Amino acid sequence: MNWTRRSFLKWGSLALVGLGVRPGAADSGTAEVPRFAPLSKNLKGRRWAMVVDSRKCPPGCRDCIEACHRVHNVPDFGNPKDEVKWIWNEPFKDVFPGQEHPLLGEKLRERPILVLCNHCDNPPCVRVCPTRATYRRPEDGIVMMDYHRCIGCRFCVAGCPYGARSMNFRDPRPFLKAIDPRFPTRTKGVVEKCNFCEERLAQGLRPACVEQFRPVAGFIVQWLIGPCQFEQLVRHARQQ
Amino acid sequence: MYNGGKILAGLLVFLALGSSPFWYGGGGRSASPPALPLDTPGIRKLTAKQCVEPAPYMKASHMTLLETWRESVVREGNRLYANQEGKQFSMSLSQTCLGCHSNKEKFCDACHSYAGVKPACWSCHTVPPEGRP
Repeated sequence: MNWTRRSFLKWGSLALVGLGVRPGAADSGTAEVPRFAPLSKNLKGRRWAMVVDSRKCPPGCRDCIEACHRVHNVPDFGNPKDEVKWIWNEPFKDVFPGQEHPLLGEKLRERPILVLCNHCDNPPCVRVCPTRATYRRPEDGIVMMDYHRCIGCRFCVAGCPYGARSMNFRDPRPFLKAIDPRFPTRTKGVVEKCNFCEERLAQGLRPACVEQFRPVAGFIVQWLIGPCQFEQLVRHARQQ
Repeated sequence: MYNGGKILAGLLVFLALGSSPFWYGGGGRSASPPALPLDTPGIRKLTAKQCVEPAPYMKASHMTLLETWRESVVREGNRLYANQEGKQFSMSLSQTCLGCHSNKEKFCDACHSYAGVKPACWSCHTVPPEGRP
């Protein structure tokens, strides 16, 4: 066959075009488009709120704390310096420093009050997070953590005014009595906090601490549409 | 060639030393890919032995699928995945994936160590007892 320069360039460039087309053609049949189905039985809220009626908390009771820490694989390191906590008791005087008054009795000042992440409207932990591992869900106000992204810088620990964030200074797995397989554990160097049981809300269940609460104690979880609904909620808790 | 014998001998020694890792690693034979056992209680129970997506796609792109699942569950709050046939799955590594592939050590780890990759999934996500080393 007598190749001229012209025909060589023609066929050569055609072959190159063919090479460029082939991978695209091979992929087009198997290209994957993510498809997600909507949840049907999840609990939806525009802004979640939880009312804890501390008058009804039996003294020394830790049922809800243990329930939360059990389902979320929260480790017990056995010393307060490394403590990891999602929900815990704090003396009244430290929870409400603005309520300090000389005539407050010692009993009330030291009374344990149940506290957890406040899921703030304008959360400082979200503002300081450099990787956006902590973020606020706009649809229901839950301040969530993506442990995959946490780099353990602890800006959020410093930023949270309520001490609701805990750092895993050590590998938590050896300090778990039992691991609940439905929820992941964390690793060393990751910060964690209450997630308002968003994984349970997605299944249509109320938060673990609320479920654990004894019927005598007033622990109510509700979603808010407006501020007046919150007042109703508190009034309802008072009447019980 | 001036000093030809020494040069040729030196070249031979160099070639032998330079190629020694290949001889040491099995004389040029490539390692055979691991056989991935599919005989687990979860898979035995299935009527149609079909993964979330077809097997060739899962083999090539399960990491992409898992990453999409991760972003979708954690960041967007989706929990359910619908595959090509419209069948729905909960997007969970520990529950859905390991629910069938409970032999993690023989299924996941065998291929990951063959491919020399070290995914960090298992430092947080839990493995059923039968899949632990």
